[in-house]
Amino acid sequence: MNILNLFVIIPMIMLLALWASRNLRQTRSVMVVGSTMLLLLAAYLTVDFIAQRNAGADAEFLYTASWQWYAPLNICYSIGVDGISVAMILLSAIIVFTGTFASWKLQPLTKEFFLWYVLLSLGVFGFFISTDMFTMFMFYETALIPMYLLIGVWGSGRKEYSAMKLTLMLMGGSAFLLMGILGIYFGSGATTMNILEIAALANIPANIQYIFFPIIFLGFGVLGALFPFHTWSPDGHASAPTSVSMLHAGVLMKLGGYGCFRIAMYLLPQAANDLAWIFIILTTISVVYGALSAISQTDLKYINAYSSVSHCGLVLFALLMMTRTSCTGAILQMLSHGLMTALFFALIGMIYGRTHTRDIRELSGLMKVMPFLSVGYIIAGLANLGLPGFSGFVAEMTIFVGSFEQPDIFHRTVTIIACTSIVITAVYILRVVGKILYGKVKNEHHLTLDDATWDERFTVICLIICVAGLGIAPMWVSSLIEGGVGNIFNILHP
Amino acid sequence: MNYIQFLQMRPEISLLAIFVATFIYDLAARGKWRHYFHPIVCLLIMIHTAVCLGESYSECELFGSMYYTNPMIGIVKTILSGGTLLLVMQANKWLRSANTTHKQGEFYTLLLSTLFGMYIMISARHFLLFFIGLELASLPLACLVAFDKYRHHSAEAGVKYILSSMFSSAVMIYGISFLYGTTGTLYFADMVANINGSPLQIFALVLFFAGMGFKISLVPFHLWTADTYQGAPTVVSSYLSVISKGAAAFTLMVILMKVFAPMMKHWQIITYILTVASITVANLFAIRQSDLKRFMAFSSISQAGYIMLAVIGGTKDGMSALVFYVLVYIFANLAVFGVIETLEHHTRSSVSRDDCNGLYKTNPRLTLLMTLALFSLAGIPPFAGFFSKFFVFMSAFKAGFWVLVFIALINTVVSLYYYLLIVKAMYITPNDEPIEHFNSSKYSRVSLVICLAGILLLGICSFIFEEIDRLSFGM
Repeated sequence: MNILNLFVIIPMIMLLALWASRNLRQTRSVMVVGSTMLLLLAAYLTVDFIAQRNAGADAEFLYTASWQWYAPLNICYSIGVDGISVAMILLSAIIVFTGTFASWKLQPLTKEFFLWYVLLSLGVFGFFISTDMFTMFMFYETALIPMYLLIGVWGSGRKEYSAMKLTLMLMGGSAFLLMGILGIYFGSGATTMNILEIAALANIPANIQYIFFPIIFLGFGVLGALFPFHTWSPDGHASAPTSVSMLHAGVLMKLGGYGCFRIAMYLLPQAANDLAWIFIILTTISVVYGALSAISQTDLKYINAYSSVSHCGLVLFALLMMTRTSCTGAILQMLSHGLMTALFFALIGMIYGRTHTRDIRELSGLMKVMPFLSVGYIIAGLANLGLPGFSGFVAEMTIFVGSFEQPDIFHRTVTIIACTSIVITAVYILRVVGKILYGKVKNEHHLTLDDATWDERFTVICLIICVAGLGIAPMWVSSLIEGGVGNIFNILHP
Repeated sequence: MNYIQFLQMRPEISLLAIFVATFIYDLAARGKWRHYFHPIVCLLIMIHTAVCLGESYSECELFGSMYYTNPMIGIVKTILSGGTLLLVMQANKWLRSANTTHKQGEFYTLLLSTLFGMYIMISARHFLLFFIGLELASLPLACLVAFDKYRHHSAEAGVKYILSSMFSSAVMIYGISFLYGTTGTLYFADMVANINGSPLQIFALVLFFAGMGFKISLVPFHLWTADTYQGAPTVVSSYLSVISKGAAAFTLMVILMKVFAPMMKHWQIITYILTVASITVANLFAIRQSDLKRFMAFSSISQAGYIMLAVIGGTKDGMSALVFYVLVYIFANLAVFGVIETLEHHTRSSVSRDDCNGLYKTNPRLTLLMTLALFSLAGIPPFAGFFSKFFVFMSAFKAGFWVLVFIALINTVVSLYYYLLIVKAMYITPNDEPIEHFNSSKYSRVSLVICLAGILLLGICSFIFEEIDRLSFGM
């Protein structure tokens, strides 16, 4: 029995159990038990993976297994993980776990909410464990569609518009993706859809690479909020309920970066080298434009959503820089951004749940009213602007140092441009912190509000521990992902 | 021709047998026996499906090579009869309503004779027999479309259907006459040697394609579809959209491969244009529809376009993708039509998208089923529609039609939009007075559960596709 299968089987069992659950209590117990099991499993996987690596297992992917699914079409259910996927799985498990607590009091239709929520996480886990392009794509789409209902039914504001926009844009991206997958499969002439075997063959002709690299990169880039296809992201995040924002910004957007890395760059290295400049320009725009947009927003969720555009742009930016250090930084940034954004969205959701407004012009002096949430918010903000000791610093530092290793003018110039985002980030974070947390309490009604309840405290503390942990001890994560990054680096620079 | 060969015709023979049995029962049954009419017919069709199923088909020709069968054709016939069974089960309430119950027998006999026509059409290896099959599959359908004759719309739909159907048949037989004129035979096998792509034969191909285009309702031969679907009784609309369409698409593919093989370049161009037109135009029109049956009519036109993607390569992969697509499509579409049928029966009027508003609050299970079926139609994993769409795309891509696949893929996003509009109506749009909670009849519930099982399992259980793929054949 391959341990990775459990990441698909447990959510499936959870789906059945949720379907059978009769009241709120049962629904909650299923969620708590299931997500705890996933978290423990992910932790065990990480420990075991590191132990196996230390024991000298130097295969590119560990825990590999493959079952023939559609024999006539060479479609298999193949699984396997390298350090990067392990890190992603751990991140997903943390977010799913904390998201459960963040939506503890969600009303109405709690059971249905969690059904779609679990289906989403099933897709996410499945995506990260797959090594077969077909199953990968299948899980990818499985993760996208629940977003429509999660935002549409349980969201707030212009939820119908946002949900439709998000779903259609992401599905448009996946249409590109399907095209690219078919192109790789038939272009390589392989008799398998397994990424590892296709990469080992390395016989996709250059002209085919030039056609399909942009297609795939765009396909995943839509989910990674690549400019100019990022417009779904602010609307979607702003309308989504708290835990969905967390899962979406925290994990789902990483699917884009991971996919670009794992499929586009890994399988089409020549085109990746030659065409990277186009996307570097786009991602630089994402980084700076996202940060600048965040300054001019007044809605807390919009600010954070644009900040996500900027930070996710940085992930793709670093990947395209293609030095070993910058790629490591990209993965670190995925993890760091996932945790920070989840923390941010959780806090915003909690504040919004009390004040019923997210407009920074109407909020002030919250530090007096809800000290716990406010301190959490400051920590999240500081992590976001890259204060040493938190994960953001480690990630951004690695990215910019790595990018600057590229010797030519073009790469160095864009690196410097992208660096400005650090300053801009500080502007919008400090402005928000100053405005909403300090000063006099303008609204009398706010004085009557309570601070966080136990489930909220639990969520926040878990996430803060993770953010600080990654910032204080980044070495074990970078040694975890080192092997995976190295493999792709070798393929990109033969 | 000996006894063993006759066994190869068992779908036709058993269908004729239950046709006769139904006919006699209709004449003879009185009193409470009429009450058992529907279950008995369901049972008979079930037995018929079981008879169709089975391994023992082999390639054989009968009646002086006019009739041909092989394992693949056996599978297609089984799929069609299985779909008919689900459909008859869904018809339960409608058949028992006051206006219909006295003419139940006619419904069954007409329905079974169209099915018989489709069997003949699929198995024909001679254009005369093919044409007889085609007409047998079309004429009784016109009666069925006009079955609710007290309803103005139904009668009108019947007239529209019969006129366009006759017109298309005339066009097609005109094309067949050209073929006869240039090749001197009506046998498929003899004809192919004399097909050389001369102008007259190209003309014949175009006319033939136009005739089939009417049956499959491809753009620009689709104009009858929306009105007919809307006016016809829902059961008949769903029969038209799945069974009739599936049979015609399979037949078209076989004839293109068997008869027009030397003119592959020509029919690929036609298929290309019709596919792009069908998918795009139907998608754009579907967005504007509010009546659910009209909406499903346009959705079925665009699905027909996706089916044509499998036809275009003329390969073995294409055929297996086509048959699997039709199979999945039958389950998903019957589920949607089944839900519409129960809603219509409950509200006693046609159902529009706005009537579905807030349906989730009162009828959660029905809504969930409808959602999953719509997702399957839109090609969302892990439901069966995703797999069938993927295989169709794969077969077309393999045949080299990259741009076509790309256009079709972009269109899936558009189609997702209008399917989501219904999901949105059911889940999100607030409504103070949604259709209240109700129970559908046992028969339609069983049928819907089978559809649901099909939607969930057909994709994940790969052996079904592998079986189809093993038996399919190319050019």
